[in-house]
Amino acid sequence: MSELKSNDVVGWIYSDIVKDHFLHPRNFIEGEEPSWEWNGKGEMGSPACGDVMKVWVQINDGIVENIGWKTFGCASAIASTSVMSEMIKGMTAEEAKKITAKDIVKKLGGLPEKKIHCSVLGDQALKKAIEDFETNN
Amino acid sequence: MLKKYYFDYSAATPVDQRVVKAMEKYSYLIYGNPSSLHEQGRLARQALEESRQKIANLLDVNHKEIYFTSGGTESDNWAMLGVARGREKDGKKIIISSIEHKAIIQPAKYLQEKGWQVDVCPVREDGLLDLEKLEKLIDKETVLISVIYANNEIGVVQDLPLIKKIIKKKNSKAYLHTDACQAVNFLEIRPEKLGVDLMTINSSKIYGPRGIGALYIKKGLQIEPLIMGGGQERQARAGTENVAGAVGVAEAMDIARKISVAESRRLYFLREKIISTVTKEIKDVYLNGSRENRLPNNINFSFAGIEGESLVLYLDDKGIMASTGSACGASDLDPSHVLLALGRKKELAHGSLRITLGRWTSEEAVDYLLEVLPVLVDKIRKMSAIYK
Repeated sequence: MSELKSNDVVGWIYSDIVKDHFLHPRNFIEGEEPSWEWNGKGEMGSPACGDVMKVWVQINDGIVENIGWKTFGCASAIASTSVMSEMIKGMTAEEAKKITAKDIVKKLGGLPEKKIHCSVLGDQALKKAIEDFETNN
Repeated sequence: MLKKYYFDYSAATPVDQRVVKAMEKYSYLIYGNPSSLHEQGRLARQALEESRQKIANLLDVNHKEIYFTSGGTESDNWAMLGVARGREKDGKKIIISSIEHKAIIQPAKYLQEKGWQVDVCPVREDGLLDLEKLEKLIDKETVLISVIYANNEIGVVQDLPLIKKIIKKKNSKAYLHTDACQAVNFLEIRPEKLGVDLMTINSSKIYGPRGIGALYIKKGLQIEPLIMGGGQERQARAGTENVAGAVGVAEAMDIARKISVAESRRLYFLREKIISTVTKEIKDVYLNGSRENRLPNNINFSFAGIEGESLVLYLDDKGIMASTGSACGASDLDPSHVLLALGRKKELAHGSLRITLGRWTSEEAVDYLLEVLPVLVDKIRKMSAIYK
């Protein structure tokens, strides 16, 4: 007989990684914008739909040296922006642009099917931030 | 270990131990089918009918007007579909309020697809039914009007006697159904006093067992059965009767009615403490629904800049169990239709938190909630991309 895993009964609907990033988000910006110097900004989503993400990047010599974010949304939206910010830091801007929602979801240990659109916004906000940098520099 | 505090009594109530005790012997000592002729059958029949009588007494109605069902959803569905089938020849119009439970909305949509005219009567900003609009919507072909007595998300209590008066004036033959699932613990529930013709009762919201409820159907109404088979419940609702459940819901209702006044007073005090403290200590917070015409155990806030699910999960991490709106809403992403019906903007409808109190909510629990909530709201707002 297979044993019930505790996750099946009392576990979160989210993975432990999602839970960790949601409860202890990394690299988010407290004020209206970063206190550090940045050169690219992107935004995705709409308040009416329940998800808005803002991403700021500092790109030097083609490397994403710093990244910060703000998110209005559910637990998976917060966790996916947080984990994405960790993935991106130190990457080249070219690599960062290739990050997909699938990569983020994988890093989070999966997301409930209907929550995947949240993380799609994260990678798009990031792309916009990098494009913003490219347009202005 | 982290202490746990339950603030979701409108989603489900724990079963009262007195109820468990009353039900116990109907699982292994008295297990007969109430339709059987032998002693076991007779004992089961007796328990079933005594339970029906007990509920009838509490509602001040005849026992023949109480029908056991599997719960609130079935009772709501039956009222809608059963009356529609029973009265098709009298007219094909039904009116429901804009803040009905989904157990009313879904059958209403079904009927609409089958050619019925279903009108949705709006509510005002405070959640009370727009009575002028209602009056305009009722005509000679209206056969049924369904209005939720106390709303499950915002706890707003409708003035049913006044609604009945308006219905009578426009079409005395139209039936009034009410979903009273959340009302039984606190409000006047005698159908005669309320002017309702059909009333939904649900055991799982009144500290009774799951899987049982009742529908009050006034004598002489034209209503067809939904579930057909062996002719139980006087040909109206087939299926072997849930005797233990019937005993449980009757006992639960009896207890609920006995303590209803004292409980209302106790919870009203806690509710007001929560509303005043939160609105004082947290900025940009809105109480959804009327403060005056409201269940004593319901609080529903919208916090600007916050998405409800995040707040519910942060609270859960601190041992506080609350919800965004209805428990049914937990699995879909759309903002609550009830909050949108009040005229709340979508982003505020996304940011709702429902706190519902009950029999085991202590003042200590409320104080802990009031200590934790402002900190978490602040934390989420600091992260929020839309809060300034």
